[in-house]
Amino acid sequence: MKAINETENINSRIRKDRVFLGLVVLFSVITVSPIILIISKLIEKGYKQLSFGFLVEKTPDTMEAMTAIANNELIPGGIVNGILGTLLMVAMAAVIAIPIAIITGVYLYENQGKWLANITRNVSDILQGVPSIVLGLISYLWVVKYVTNGFSALAGSVSLAIMMLPMIVRSTEETLKMIPQTLKEAGLALGIPYWRVLTGILIPTGFSGLMTGILLAVSRVIGETAPLMLTALGSRAINMNISKPTSAIPLLIWEFYNDPNMVDMIWSSSLLLMIIVLAFNLTAKQFAANRK
Amino acid sequence: MNTNILQVKDPILAIENLSVAYDKNVAVKDVTVGIKKNTVTAIMGPSGCGKSTLLRVLNRMHELYENIHTTGSVTLNGEDIFKMSAIKLRRKTGMVFQRPNPFPTMSIYDNVIAGYKLNGINQKKQERDEIVERSLRDVALWDEVKDSLTKKGTFLSGGQQQRLCIARALAFNPEIILLDEPTSALDPVATSKIEDLLITLKEHYTIIMVTHNMSQAARISDYSLFMYLGELVEYGKTKNMFTNPQDRRTEEYLTGKFG
Ligand SMILES: Nc1ncnc2c1ncn2[C@@H]1O[C@H](COP(=O)(O)OP(=O)(O)OP(=O)(O)O)[C@@H](O)[C@H]1O
Ligand SMILES: [Mg+2]
Repeated sequence: MKAINETENINSRIRKDRVFLGLVVLFSVITVSPIILIISKLIEKGYKQLSFGFLVEKTPDTMEAMTAIANNELIPGGIVNGILGTLLMVAMAAVIAIPIAIITGVYLYENQGKWLANITRNVSDILQGVPSIVLGLISYLWVVKYVTNGFSALAGSVSLAIMMLPMIVRSTEETLKMIPQTLKEAGLALGIPYWRVLTGILIPTGFSGLMTGILLAVSRVIGETAPLMLTALGSRAINMNISKPTSAIPLLIWEFYNDPNMVDMIWSSSLLLMIIVLAFNLTAKQFAANRK
Repeated sequence: MNTNILQVKDPILAIENLSVAYDKNVAVKDVTVGIKKNTVTAIMGPSGCGKSTLLRVLNRMHELYENIHTTGSVTLNGEDIFKMSAIKLRRKTGMVFQRPNPFPTMSIYDNVIAGYKLNGINQKKQERDEIVERSLRDVALWDEVKDSLTKKGTFLSGGQQQRLCIARALAFNPEIILLDEPTSALDPVATSKIEDLLITLKEHYTIIMVTHNMSQAARISDYSLFMYLGELVEYGKTKNMFTNPQDRRTEEYLTGKFG
C-alpha cells in the first residue's frame, strides 16, 4: 500500500517536473528570440551596404541616393560623420562623467548611512529614471543657449554624461563595497594616506568592476537619439569642433528614416550601431567575469 | 616610570588608564599595562572582551570608526602616540590581520614594498631589492618565493600569504608588530611555522598578539594579558599565569570553564 503510494507520488512529481521544464524552455525561447530576430533582420537587410566605404565616407545627399537606386546600384557614401560624431560625443561624455561619478561613488561608499550620502544616493537613483529626452532639454537650456550659443557636440556630451553619471556612481559604490574591508585596513596600517590607499589599492582591486560599470554606461548611451536631437542636432559634414552641430549614428538613422531614398542606409547604420553596442556589452561581461 | 603600575621595567610601550568606548558601550576599561621590548605578549580573553579594540588603539586603527572615544594615554618609547602623526606611528607599529590579506593586484615583490611605493618614497631599485629580500628572509619565505617574486601574492598558500603579510609589515622595520589572531584561519602546519617565526622575530621586534588559542599563548608568549569584559584581569609572565593564576576568572578561562 505504502509502496504504491510512493510510486504514484514519484510519478506525479516527475510529471510536474516535466511541465515545469517545458515552461522554463518556453519562456527562455520567448526571452531570447527578440534579440535573435533583431540581429538576423539587421544582418539580412543591412549587410550589403556595409563596406569599407561605409565606414570612411560621408553621408550621401538624397539625390545621389535616388540616382543610385534608379540605376539599381548600392547607395554610395557612408556614415563616417556619424561614427566620428558618436565617438567624439561619447568620449567627451565619458571624460566628464567618469571622474565625477567615481568620486561620488567613493563618497557614498565611505559614508554609509549618513544622511547626506543617503540623499545623494537617492537623487542619483532618481536621475537614472529621468527620461533621456528631458536630459536633452536640460542640456539645451544650459549648454546650447548659454555656453555654445547653438547646437553643439558639447551639449550632446553633457546630456549623455548626465545619463552615465548615476550608472557609474552605483557600480562604483557596489564594487567598492565588495572589496574586503581588511585590504583598506592593511593599507592604512602601513601608514599609507587614505587617498593613496584608494588609488593604489582599492581602485586597482576593483578595476574590473569599475570597468564593467563604465562600459555598460557607455553602451547604454551610444544608442541615445532623443537627447542628441535637442543638443547636437546632426550634420552632413564631419565635425570635430565641440561647439558646432555634430552628427551621430543614431541621429543619422533618424534622418535616413525620414528620407524615402535612404531606407537601405537605415539598416546598415543600425547594424553597425548594434555591433558597436554588442562589442561594449561583451567587453563589459568579460571584465565582470574576470572579477573573480 | 612607575614599575608597580605597569608591572614591567622600562616598557617600550606604556598603556595607562586606557578606556575605549563605542558610543556608550565601553569595550576597554581603564587598562594600565607596560609591554617589554623584545618579548611576545599574548592578549587572551573570551570573545567580545575588547582584545581587538585594545590592539587597534595601539596603531590608532580605531580612528576608522567615528563613534569611538578613548581616554588615557599610550606612549611608545616615551612619546605620546596620540600626539604623533598616525602615519609615523603606523610605520613604527606593523599590523597583521586574522585573514591573510595580500593586495590582490600586486606581485609578491610589490606587496612587500607597498608601504614605500604607495607612500611615494623614492628609492633606488637596489634599495628596494634589499628591503624585499630582508623582509622575506625575516619571515622565512625568501627561499620559497625568490624565483617567483613577480607572481601575484594571492597565488601563495594561506600560510605563505600570512607570512607575506608579516613581511609587508616588517618592511618599514617597525618597533612593534601587532597581530590579531594571525593563525586562526590557518592549518596546523602553517600555524606552527608562524609560531616559530614569531619566536625568532622577537629578537628584533616587540610582538603583541591576540589569540584565542591558549596552548599557542603558552608555547610562544613571554607575557600574557588576560581580559574579561573590557577589564585587564591579570597580567604577568606567561609561565606564572598558566601555572599559578592569581584571579579566579583567569583560572576558569585557562581551565576551559568559559570562553
Ligand atoms: N565597530 C564597532 N562598533 C560598535 N561596537 C563595537 C565595534 N567593534 C567592537 N564593538 C564592541 O566592542 C566590544 C569589544 O569588541 P572586540 O572586537 O574588541 O572584542 P574581541 O575581544 O576582539 O572579540 P573576538 O575575540 O570575538 O575578536 C564588543 O562588545 C563589541 O560588540
Ligand atoms: Mg577580535
